[in-house]
Amino acid sequence: MGVKVQTEDFDVGKEMAVLRQGNPKIGAIASFVGLVRDINEGADVFTMALEHYPGMTEKALQEIVDEAKRRWDIYDVLVIHRVGELKPLDQIVLVATTSAHRGEAFASCEFVMDYLKTKAPFWKREETPQGARWVDARESDDKAAQRWQEGEQHGG
Amino acid sequence: MTVNILYFARLREAFGMGSEQIELPEGVGDISGLTQWLRSRGGAWETELAEGKPVRAAVNQVLSFPATTIKDGDEIAFLPPVTGG
Repeated sequence: MGVKVQTEDFDVGKEMAVLRQGNPKIGAIASFVGLVRDINEGADVFTMALEHYPGMTEKALQEIVDEAKRRWDIYDVLVIHRVGELKPLDQIVLVATTSAHRGEAFASCEFVMDYLKTKAPFWKREETPQGARWVDARESDDKAAQRWQEGEQHGG
Repeated sequence: MTVNILYFARLREAFGMGSEQIELPEGVGDISGLTQWLRSRGGAWETELAEGKPVRAAVNQVLSFPATTIKDGDEIAFLPPVTGG
């Protein structure tokens, strides 16, 4: 179903229904929804702005989707990532993968999320009572992405 | 050779611009050379693009390496570490 970068919110149920529509071979859908938390490293976050690199973002996400399809026996991958102003409780990202069995669906969904965190050109900027700040990249995200290069694939 | 350079997030703020079109001097032909040349502007350019900073460059929307060559008309972007998801 592909890749969408948008400012609007998304309806997870509706998106999943479209993703599986008319394909009786799908036995499993795994999905992940990322949300804006109200606490990040100690300061109250009032709003968050997500910047991206239009053009490259879509290409980078599509490459991750293509890589997931090469690695696992899955039917489809959907990635929706929001940009612009977001508030605590808002949905940021949806990744959903469909497969005949749960193992492939779970593993590919986690892979897409881990790669998205380290390879897709998005940047979070938080507005806090202490002023605005760019969110720092986390080493734990790099490690999560590296797992997939070391052949430690889950599920299957 | 003229190229379009884009700066994102922290870099856009530090440099006070999101993009610029520049005529590169003779001898600047790859990402490493371009980065060194931008660094020579001093100030934020020198600190943000300093050796060892985790800044990546993309050429025509594909992640590049220091040795990636630059051609006339290329779109070159400097990207801080990404924090999406």
